[in-house]
Amino acid sequence: MRFLSLLFRNRLAAMGAVVLSLIVLLVLLIPVLPLQDPDVTNTADRFLPPLSEGHLLGTDHLGRDLLARLLYGTRLSLAVGLFAALIAGTIGSAVGIVAGYFGGRIDNVIMRGIDMLMAFPYILLALAIVAALGPGLLNALIAVAAVNIPFFARNIRGITVGLAGREFIDAARLSGMGHGRIILTELLPNVLSTIVIAMSTTVGWMILETAGLSFLGLGSQPPQADLGSMLGEARSSMITNPHTSIVPGIMIFLIVMSINLLGDGVRDALDPRLRSGALARPQARTMVRRKAPLPADDGKGLLNIQRLETQFHVGKRVYRAVNDVSLHVNAGECLGVIGESGSGKSVTALSVMGLVASPPGVITGGAVRYEGEDLLAAPYESLRKKRGEKVAYIFQDPLSTLHPLYRVGDQLAEAIQVHHRVSDAEARAKAIELFRSVRIPNPESRIRNYPHEMSGGMRQRVGIAMALANDPDVIIADEPTTALDVTVQAQILSLLDDLRRERGLAIVFITHDFGVVAQLCDRVAVMYGGRIVEQGTTTDILDRPAHPYTKRLMACVPELGGGKRELAAIPGLPPIVSDLPPGCAFAPRCHKATPACREGEIALDGGDARAVRCIHPEEEIA
Amino acid sequence: MGSYILKRLISAVPVLIGITVIVFLIMAMIPGDPATAILGSYATPDNVAKLNRDLGLDKPLVARYFIWLGNMLTGDFGRSFSLNRPVLDEILERFNATLILAGTSFVICSVLGVLAGVVSAARQYGLADKAITFVVLIGISIPSFFLGMMMILLFAVNLKWLPVSGMYAIYGGGDLPDLLSHLIMPAAALSVVATGVIARLARSAMLEVLRQDYIRTARAKGVGEGRVVYGHALRAAMVSIIPVLGIQAGFVLSGSVFIEIVFQWPGVGRMLVDAILKRDILLVQGGVVFVAACYVFFNICVDVAQSLLDPRIKT
Amino acid sequence: MSAALKVTDLAKTFPISGGLLGRQKAGVRAVRPMSFEVAQGETLGIVGESGCGKSTLARMLVGLLDPTEGRIEIEGKALDNADAAAFGRLIQYIFQDPVSSLNPRKTIRQIMEAPLKRLYGMKRAERDTRIAEIFDSVNLREEFLDRYPHEFSGGQAQRIGIARALAASPRIIILDEPVSALDVSVQAQVLNLMRDLKAAFGLTYLFISHDLAVVEAVSDRIVVLYFGAVVEIGRAQEVFANPRHPYTKLLADSAPVVGRPLTAPEQTSSELPDPLNPPPGCAFATRCPRATDICRQSDPQLEQVGDDQYAACFHPL
Repeated sequence: MRFLSLLFRNRLAAMGAVVLSLIVLLVLLIPVLPLQDPDVTNTADRFLPPLSEGHLLGTDHLGRDLLARLLYGTRLSLAVGLFAALIAGTIGSAVGIVAGYFGGRIDNVIMRGIDMLMAFPYILLALAIVAALGPGLLNALIAVAAVNIPFFARNIRGITVGLAGREFIDAARLSGMGHGRIILTELLPNVLSTIVIAMSTTVGWMILETAGLSFLGLGSQPPQADLGSMLGEARSSMITNPHTSIVPGIMIFLIVMSINLLGDGVRDALDPRLRSGALARPQARTMVRRKAPLPADDGKGLLNIQRLETQFHVGKRVYRAVNDVSLHVNAGECLGVIGESGSGKSVTALSVMGLVASPPGVITGGAVRYEGEDLLAAPYESLRKKRGEKVAYIFQDPLSTLHPLYRVGDQLAEAIQVHHRVSDAEARAKAIELFRSVRIPNPESRIRNYPHEMSGGMRQRVGIAMALANDPDVIIADEPTTALDVTVQAQILSLLDDLRRERGLAIVFITHDFGVVAQLCDRVAVMYGGRIVEQGTTTDILDRPAHPYTKRLMACVPELGGGKRELAAIPGLPPIVSDLPPGCAFAPRCHKATPACREGEIALDGGDARAVRCIHPEEEIA
Repeated sequence: MGSYILKRLISAVPVLIGITVIVFLIMAMIPGDPATAILGSYATPDNVAKLNRDLGLDKPLVARYFIWLGNMLTGDFGRSFSLNRPVLDEILERFNATLILAGTSFVICSVLGVLAGVVSAARQYGLADKAITFVVLIGISIPSFFLGMMMILLFAVNLKWLPVSGMYAIYGGGDLPDLLSHLIMPAAALSVVATGVIARLARSAMLEVLRQDYIRTARAKGVGEGRVVYGHALRAAMVSIIPVLGIQAGFVLSGSVFIEIVFQWPGVGRMLVDAILKRDILLVQGGVVFVAACYVFFNICVDVAQSLLDPRIKT
Repeated sequence: MSAALKVTDLAKTFPISGGLLGRQKAGVRAVRPMSFEVAQGETLGIVGESGCGKSTLARMLVGLLDPTEGRIEIEGKALDNADAAAFGRLIQYIFQDPVSSLNPRKTIRQIMEAPLKRLYGMKRAERDTRIAEIFDSVNLREEFLDRYPHEFSGGQAQRIGIARALAASPRIIILDEPVSALDVSVQAQVLNLMRDLKAAFGLTYLFISHDLAVVEAVSDRIVVLYFGAVVEIGRAQEVFANPRHPYTKLLADSAPVVGRPLTAPEQTSSELPDPLNPPPGCAFATRCPRATDICRQSDPQLEQVGDDQYAACFHPL
């Protein structure tokens, strides 16, 4: 049901469905329609034009009624195309699943065979098969099905390989399931939608291909006709009597087009990635649609985030990822933003330079001021010029954040050259110097590496070097060490700390790790459910956490050196930002919560030095 | 790089052998006495006996395969009975015409398809995107042979802008402008579907790439939007577009069969269809193996281009 | 009392397909021959960084991967993974990514029923009672049974994964990074639940993680892996408090600790050796401040260095 409503929300798909059902309906009604015999020739009435008496669409070169021939031909073409798709889809999918699931030698042998078949341009194989079996509609069907098997086999194998490596397949094996059962009950339900998508997008093709073979005289044989052979027979009289060609031609076009439209609709409705609208192209900067009035400049910090609100609009749902967040950072200072997944810390960071993917992201309120100028209101070109030049980013996973096809040195040089007119040689020299400053050994040869040729730690050094390329004033580091091993993390953190001291950088450091915050940051803001729940100097927060959430979260973090012990836990789950409770988001999990916590807005009490958003704080703050 | 090309060339050997095996097996499916089937039922007993001897059809299947393979390796594809000339000579002559037609179409569909797809993705949901999507949808739904016929009706018969069919004018033709005027319609009709397929794929490949983290990194560095889309994103998208170009080359080659028939183009495709209808099996066999082999080599070129673009492919 | 799990000279080498003519080169030695025992009711922690072979080890122990050499014994009997059902009743696995370990197209009930049906051949009514019991013990509500995996958060999904493993009533459970995909506040819930279950059902755990503090908090003894080999084994409270192998010390010093100033621990390089072409001798020698010539020539063996503590080092701390 959900599938159908999704399908018909797509207007083009609905149009395709309407046209196709009309055609199918006509074809199904053939036995009851007052049609003439499609194969009775009457040479006296040859080439009657359309709308002639008794022949709505006219007659062909043998005087046969075109309307009757068209409907019978359509029936044949549809049936043959559908059958070919079913046969190719079933055999191809079976082959693909077996190859993908078992892998290893079986996979190798099967896929070698499939590759051989794919080495033919498809028509050659079909022609060879028809040449051997002889012309005829059934043989054409076999040929078309056979040449399409490799397509299904490859497609389904690809999906299956991905699924077979997934953990639930291992789990099924450990639950005592055999291979046959795993294929049927674990794999098949998961690839079924792909098979359906592949079929619905190829039925049109197969109808075209069988029509093509018939057009060449290799498919249906006279007097029986499908749409392709009608067109083929009409070709010789095309110039004198074009209607005999146009009628079947248009029908093929209508069928294939409506199937293609419907197939696209089916794909979009079944593919979960497309369903959530995730394939929209992210714009050059995050959309800004401020509803609240612009906050006045309070002159704080070098970078000043004021009452920022960022939301994700997905369908009718609104995810309030960042809700009224104010932060600022001074030169030479390191501000930590700490929170769990979904707390809004990364979105806050990305909002600063308009890097939140949009759609679906929208900044709905607040201001981001750099040296007093509101970046949210700034023209794109002015924002772009500040990206990397004034405010630079370091991202989490350095493998996915570096371009895989450019040498790291070139990526670094580009970072310089988009902001400064320098020659390639100068940019290269600067890149080497930057590599040296982030302590990459052998920088002269390393700049010629591609990202995949480096280890995770080295790649993150490249990421840091790129952020430093233009001597920015602010660096926003979004979980820069989360993907790294501890021994590498320690080195990256101490590198960042040194750089900050040497260059007087302001750093905004996003993390989920209290240990990291403690070592690097001067001040900390704790986020929960899209809001700041507490902020203050690192020592204050770590020694005397005021918000119950902060206090209990810190207790959850096991510390090395404590030996075997019971760990503190917070009951319940983090909130979902599309469905936040009124009042304090932490109230459902908080042991101190009172009815007052569950209603109304709770303000962030205190000043810049120390503030907490709680009615019953653990510590009184000055 | 040289070693990679060498490796790919060597890996093509089993594929080529596989192709000959497949073709040979398909032809072995022909029911009844092969010689009669090849020569047709009106063949004289003399001819049948001679062919049986020539092909060693009295020998077992495996031996026959190796004789056939050995002959082909020495350039002997056999003799076409319907044309009464060596198969290879006929193929080489016809292949030239097919290459001109399919090559032109391939260039058109690659350039136009990628361009349309990239523009479409760059302006997703904009006017250009909608227009391109619509035209592409029509393009991939229309049978090329029908499109070709309609083009003849419009441009050759009614408007008289272009010649109806053939490769050169019968009288006084033969130069380049003559060839081009004959080439325009068939090449256009042939490239329409492939252009549409490539455009759709290029669009979705671009949209996929534009969501990647490294695109965000490029923006964070301050790279301008034009360079982000037409530099960083296009280059990464080409990695998934290039293999599709290889596949589409096969489709263009396939489509040329229909177009050659519609436009009376003297290429391999028309030759093959004629040969099938005349049951000239040696000509079919030879033609299929020859064209498939050329396609294999084309795909090696595609792979080499891919390895130049993507350093992650081991060279 | 025999050990719950005994591993002798267990090793895994992944072959690399050779050059042009397909000749076999030496493979990548993901796990070098290693031996250890886990006592009945014990939690053995296995810790190491990426590339240390901990996941390969885990997959061999649960029969998802065949060892190249060595043997695995459970309660004194050599492991035979030919009989999947017998195997599944002895040892189960809890996965790192809880959501991905549940088939998205099956209801939780179908997922829970599989081991009961396949391993124990239980009838419908029997299954329902058993599932109710298990769900009760992992604090999940029975109404969850008719939902699909995508409706659950990571923490809940991991409880379901634990429930499924319990349904097999195994003797041993391998926990492969069971909480690293979870948020800190949820992580502790799951860890505490697993500790309670262990006592209630008399289980033996093998706990694999990269997070030193978590491993230390839940384990009785700890094995430290580096580059496919055991470098140190010892009691949990000793190994990191009092490391004897320089690599263990490096790990312990690298873990961020509140109140400890930030200094990158002393080491000459941070790269692992090339697995395709490993150098002779100790794999850690290139990073080790104490390395001497002998470290670069021969492999150090695991030797007793203290009370129930073993280290593979020529120059233990």
